[in-house]
Amino acid sequence: MNENREFFYRRLHSLLGVLPIGIFLIQHLVINHFAAYGSDSFNKAAGFMHDLPFRFVLEWVVIYIPILYHAILGVYIVLTGKNNARRYGYFRNLMFLLQRVTGIVTLIFIAWHVYQTRIITIFTQETIDFDFMEAILTQPFFFWFYLIGVISTTFHFANGLWSFLVTWGITVSPRSQRIATYATLLVFLGVTYLGIRSLLAIGMGV
Amino acid sequence: MEATKQETVTLIVTRQNDPSSAPYEETFEVPYRENMNVISALMEIRRNPVNAEGKDSTPIYWDMNCLEEVCGACSMVINGEPRQSCAALIDKLEQPIRLEPMSTFPIVRDLAVDRSQMFDSLKKVKAWVPIDGTYDLGPGPRMPEKKRQWAYELSKCMTCGVCLEACPNVNDKSDFIGPAPISQVRLFNSHPTGAMNKGERLEALMGEGGIGSCGNSQNCVQVCPKGIPLTTSIAEMNRATNIQSFKNFFGSDTNY
Repeated sequence: MNENREFFYRRLHSLLGVLPIGIFLIQHLVINHFAAYGSDSFNKAAGFMHDLPFRFVLEWVVIYIPILYHAILGVYIVLTGKNNARRYGYFRNLMFLLQRVTGIVTLIFIAWHVYQTRIITIFTQETIDFDFMEAILTQPFFFWFYLIGVISTTFHFANGLWSFLVTWGITVSPRSQRIATYATLLVFLGVTYLGIRSLLAIGMGV
Repeated sequence: MEATKQETVTLIVTRQNDPSSAPYEETFEVPYRENMNVISALMEIRRNPVNAEGKDSTPIYWDMNCLEEVCGACSMVINGEPRQSCAALIDKLEQPIRLEPMSTFPIVRDLAVDRSQMFDSLKKVKAWVPIDGTYDLGPGPRMPEKKRQWAYELSKCMTCGVCLEACPNVNDKSDFIGPAPISQVRLFNSHPTGAMNKGERLEALMGEGGIGSCGNSQNCVQVCPKGIPLTTSIAEMNRATNIQSFKNFFGSDTNY
């Protein structure tokens, strides 16, 4: 495996983006969506996740380490590419560019999101619940920051899912790749709905 | 009708005197003839190397060979599109015609580039059928006609470099070999005799700068002058290299 290190790293990068990160993203947004049923509902759901046994291990193994790996190799991938969508404005090349742009935007968003809800709260000893998020999301700047961050994340996930299917040799024929484009578009719309609905519920009270 | 025809052809050429000097643009006006292509316009400049300002210049240096779009030597970027200059008809091009060398390759001089990296990649992935030996091996297995017709399409690759030029992941910062040699692995791995060494080719694709560096921008399949299904080849080789790596790691002994 030594001589195939790059191949292995890239395949691991692709795999981690979906498993566990993609699954975690969906789970996270589904839990958030409880906000649409009121603050008690949200607090109950978030509390359940918070009180899961071995939470520390789960968070590091399922969330932090995979995202850190995906982010570090991702930045390297962005830096070794030379975007040429101006000259070659084909749909897939635009998606290639957007995947890199949303990757960086998502990295900034997640870094801030983790700092704001996980790191700083260690020192302030605040409870992270509906009221905590409401205090953030009722500020117009943060509402838009979270909105852009969430859409960037869901796009990166859905379009990454399309690449995942190609990278793992699941969609080989042009027809299957085209259908996968529509399927991942539906994934994008669905997951984005969950995210925006939760933000509206917490930030706007609707 | 003849009178309405444009009498001259304007070409703006990006030139460079040697591999290390700075590029510059030079404009040329050449007399129009019917059915001209970019090569015949360049030949006209070579015959009379005077630029549009009327100053003496030097003949433009470019690479060419077959003049029928099968050798791949005369690739250059014409009006922003990488393609073969022999197949680029002046009547079908918007003027002024801009000619640039393919920027992803080292420039030899003017429009001529060094495509050695592509031939090195073909060596790296062993894009051939090894039959040399000390005695006659006899006839190989037969190939179904349907498969031959399919494989013929992949064999049309002329190593012209257009797919590498359009690929955002083939550049100075990356050692990605590009789409063409990946598709050649698919061609030789599907050949009945070539398939006897398919593991070696897949191992090469899994090496440095191999298939892992593909970013799925799919520009290659859009620009390929031969219409080779490059992205289908890449996806199929993705599948094949994954299976190969599972065989290698989980310990099957049929991973040759």
